[in-house]
Amino acid sequence: MAELQFREALRAAMVEEMERDENVFLMGEEVAEYNGAYKVSEGMLDQFGPKRVIDTPISENGFAGMGIGAAMMGLRPIIEFMTWNFTFVAFDQIVSNAAKMRYMSGGQLKVPIVFRGGNGAAGQLAATHNNSTEAFYTNVPGLKVIAPSNPDDAKGLLKSAIRDDDPVLFMESELMFGLKGEVSDAEDYTIPIGKARVAREGDAVTFVAHSKSYWLAMEAAEELSKQGYEATVIDPRTLRPFDTETVLESVRKTNRLVIIDECSPYGGIASEVAFRVQQQAFDFLDAPIARVTAKDTPAPYAKNLIEAWMPTVDEAIAAAKKVMYAD
Amino acid sequence: MANETKKAPRKRAAKGKNDASATASEAKKDNGRLPTGPPKDAPEGADFRFYTEGGHTHESLGLSEDDLLAMYRSMLLQRRFEERAAQMYGRQKISGFLHLYIGQEAVSAGTIQALQPADPIITAYRDHGLGLARGMTANECMAELFGKIDGSSRGKGGSMHFFDVEHHFYGGHGIVGGQIPVAVGLGFAAKYKETGNVAVGFFGDGAINQGAFHEAANLASLYDIPVLLCCENNQYGMGTSVERATAQPELYKQAYAYDMTGAVVNGMDVFEVYHAMSELAKQAREESRPALVEIRTYRYRGHSMSDPQKYRTKEEMESKKNEDPIIRLKAYLVDHGIADNEQLDGVDEEVKQVVLESVEFAENSPFPPVETMYEDVYAQDDYPFIV
Amino acid sequence: MATAVEMPKMSDTMEEGVLVAWLAEEGDAVSAGDVVAQVETDKATMDLEVYDDGVLLKKVVTDGASVPIGGLIAVLGQEGEDISDILAKYGGGSESEAPEPEAAEAEAAEAAVEPEPEAEPVAEAETSEAAKQSAPSGDGAAGVPEGYGHEGQKPEPVPTPAGAAPAAPTDEGRVKASPLARRMASEGGVDLASLRGSGPEGRIVKRDVEAALAGDAPVAAPAAKPAAAPPPAERAPDRAPRPAPKPAPSPVVSDEGYESVPITQMRKTIARRLAESKFTAPHFYLTVEIDMARAVAVRTQLNAMAEAQGRPKISFNDLVTKACAVALRQHPSVNASYLEKEGEIRRHHVVNVAVAVAVDEGLLTPVIRHADQKGLAQISEETRGLAERARNRQLQPEDWEGSTFTTSNLGMFGIEEFTAIINPPNACILAIGAIRDVPVVEDGEIVPGKRMKVTLSCDHRVVDGATGAQFLADVVRYLEEPMNLLL
Repeated sequence: MAELQFREALRAAMVEEMERDENVFLMGEEVAEYNGAYKVSEGMLDQFGPKRVIDTPISENGFAGMGIGAAMMGLRPIIEFMTWNFTFVAFDQIVSNAAKMRYMSGGQLKVPIVFRGGNGAAGQLAATHNNSTEAFYTNVPGLKVIAPSNPDDAKGLLKSAIRDDDPVLFMESELMFGLKGEVSDAEDYTIPIGKARVAREGDAVTFVAHSKSYWLAMEAAEELSKQGYEATVIDPRTLRPFDTETVLESVRKTNRLVIIDECSPYGGIASEVAFRVQQQAFDFLDAPIARVTAKDTPAPYAKNLIEAWMPTVDEAIAAAKKVMYAD
Repeated sequence: MANETKKAPRKRAAKGKNDASATASEAKKDNGRLPTGPPKDAPEGADFRFYTEGGHTHESLGLSEDDLLAMYRSMLLQRRFEERAAQMYGRQKISGFLHLYIGQEAVSAGTIQALQPADPIITAYRDHGLGLARGMTANECMAELFGKIDGSSRGKGGSMHFFDVEHHFYGGHGIVGGQIPVAVGLGFAAKYKETGNVAVGFFGDGAINQGAFHEAANLASLYDIPVLLCCENNQYGMGTSVERATAQPELYKQAYAYDMTGAVVNGMDVFEVYHAMSELAKQAREESRPALVEIRTYRYRGHSMSDPQKYRTKEEMESKKNEDPIIRLKAYLVDHGIADNEQLDGVDEEVKQVVLESVEFAENSPFPPVETMYEDVYAQDDYPFIV
Repeated sequence: MATAVEMPKMSDTMEEGVLVAWLAEEGDAVSAGDVVAQVETDKATMDLEVYDDGVLLKKVVTDGASVPIGGLIAVLGQEGEDISDILAKYGGGSESEAPEPEAAEAEAAEAAVEPEPEAEPVAEAETSEAAKQSAPSGDGAAGVPEGYGHEGQKPEPVPTPAGAAPAAPTDEGRVKASPLARRMASEGGVDLASLRGSGPEGRIVKRDVEAALAGDAPVAAPAAKPAAAPPPAERAPDRAPRPAPKPAPSPVVSDEGYESVPITQMRKTIARRLAESKFTAPHFYLTVEIDMARAVAVRTQLNAMAEAQGRPKISFNDLVTKACAVALRQHPSVNASYLEKEGEIRRHHVVNVAVAVAVDEGLLTPVIRHADQKGLAQISEETRGLAERARNRQLQPEDWEGSTFTTSNLGMFGIEEFTAIINPPNACILAIGAIRDVPVVEDGEIVPGKRMKVTLSCDHRVVDGATGAQFLADVVRYLEEPMNLLL
């Protein structure tokens, strides 16, 4: 095991896959000469040269579409978006082309492409730069969506994503690129897409939380533990396909569920998870499912407002207590 | 001075609105009357080409008599196929949108003749003509229109989404302009893999106003991609004429902004299309450079089946019908003694038969079993759907 | 070979097209692609082109004709070719002037389809034991369902944080419990109603059932209505979710204080037709009081004769039916239908009076055909037969189709007067109230009188106030002096 930053784990995954398959290339804004806006691709231009590590102009629609065209011809592009906030100008490419081309061609094509970049709120960036885009994209059949919480998962899942024959949206976090963690140094380390990870187990309540929210759940679980309640924390890691079974298994034991999700509440990831659990484990619920999400407004700028807007540990603890009837 | 500076923007605004400003009406006239050489105001260094003079013979273009007959049959097949499709739409065998290519067949036939078979092509939703020209069968096309399991996309794509990857036809695409960046990606892959192929991306005159076109053109030039961005200017984006939609209605001139070759082609003349596409594809292949090709053509039908076509006159339609590329090629073949009328009518009969059989084929093909709905969404075949 | 030119689908939403103008004549040679006519669709006027070469042998429809998609417009072929097969296939006449008969046929067909097969609303004749008063009962078009039998369902209180824990069974007898608690109670044989919930708003939660199972449950104060203890369920061997219980046969009694009754086809039809009538036909109402003294006397006389001859009795309703029928004959503008689709008001040559009959699930409106030409005895007999068959659900479409007027009688329920909803495509419906004994002033003296109120509902698109009033005046005349009916 080696301790790596999140960005280093991502880089390791890309480098290994580019070494392994010459059809893999990286393209995006500032990925080459600048070494990556968040230094994820640092040194990759030197290693692979400008043919495979390609700077683009600020043209998300254009280079997302180019990547799709290249993938249709058998290449395996990794398209880096500086952040997922900027994918809205490439939305048509991702939703109309990447997701649907295979279907509309009756299976004649596949689009093996990875779109990746920072997702979610990242501080006082205000409304345009603080979008959690998971729910927009998980709503589209034909796409796969991954949002890992730690360097080890980032590496194993990104390698799987690059090898996957379907379009995969890989969502990182600007606030987590520096996060350090143990990363398996097993040769050719991959993690299957669509499998959740149970991070800790307890019988009092189940937390489901992905990406940055996962850490919030872990903190809430620690605090609850001090108060005598042992929580289970599940990191789904992959949001589409979603590992419903692991969540159901836990809920059948704890009878209570709190979902933490930075998306806006309306039709967010939490909504979908709650739907599935009430549908398949209704008889096991001892309390209504609770969720902790961003507030139902655009993200504000002021420090106190953005702090109030984001899900917090205190909210997670309060939600857990409520479903445990311990408040 | 103050007066003058005030005046200028007002003039500009008037032009923008397209009321009777001289520029707009001149442009319209020009659009009808194909430019044959660089405009007086052409910027220095602009590489504009004009494939509008006509007067080619098949010998001068290096086309064999068999090539001519193949193009003639291709155009006829497209025409008869779509006429029958229109009828089937009327009979409710076909639903949804049905955009006909009728009138534009010289573009597809000339292009396909000029390209190598493995050059990837992609187009918008008016896609039947290119698909058939590229080698799709009338059967699979008609069955797709009927929404049957034997359709090219197993009944999942319909009229706007024909695909034939085996013949390097990467689809009809429903969102205006969305396929242009993808076209550049096809060319990018050809370059990356060093296949020596040139990608050809078609789009309509309406699409040139989409951001996607401009991003794609910039990227193609920036990365030296071998791709021909082919604007099939049929004069109307749905019901809006080019001069009402595009500030610079001489569309080929936009090439200058992206430092690439800009060409104008008479799309009603299959020889001109062949000539232009041969030369431009050769250049793209050899130099690994893109070009913007404006092909002036005309669709005889409405934008879609429900279009009453109030935005153009009968006279305009009739005058364009005199330029019908099929009639012109037929006349050429007869005049040059390559084939007689009887022979050519025989081709027509044969093609009509093929199309009639395709209707029967489509009719007899089953509807897709409902379970196929869940197929082809993902390449991963055990993807867990919520069912 | 001759080919048919059909009305094509010219837009995604088009259902029929109007042939606005022919641009070619019979005998013209046409070739594929030629425009032969213009068609107005729901969106625009479009060119109609032909897809084959040939001679325009026949224009099957004239300018202005509306043709459904797939309908025959013209026939192409070779000069002199026999086209009767094609015309026959499309159901057209072989006349050279085909359009008229064809249009008429189409209309007739449509009219025949108009009344829905399964339940023509409206009244009844004679509930046999309803010798009470007049005969036919029923509530005319007024029989619109009452709606859902909601009983005291209250909005749920907003849950507040736990703490307060009232007795679990609420006032409505509804027990709040988490899904898990319900399941555990059911499996453990614990009566939820006997528990006190510790969750928000007294919700019984897992720990409450666990405590009860352990034998130290805080039992609630005797609840309003202790529910029957659930049978000790066989315990599912594992924690897998159990299969959902089979839906109980309807009506389903839920624990939320109402009963769910499935909506029958007949109810749906009543709902749809009457709502359509009420919303599209502007109703107005004319009420009049009728002196029924002579009618009572005449009926007594007639029934005495009938009894002697062993024939069934005549009801007041039969008299009203007859009176209406005779009056309708004199008022063709009331014996009419407003047909929006066809763009016409149709005055019917026949007088067919429908009588609303109440049945278990709703009401039906069987028709006495040519009621103006039938005697009271025949009307009486037919009405009884139809009512009987209506109640036994034995009516056939021909029994309820083709009415031109409807009556509805609630007199046997003591209803003095009411308004009924018009039974489309009729122009009017007559709502008949009870015959009451009332003191009346005659020649300056108060004497016992027999009075009946009737209310005519009129469709203002066809019948104006004065028209309706004149008709009603004649109905009154016939009932106040029934001898007129014999003339």
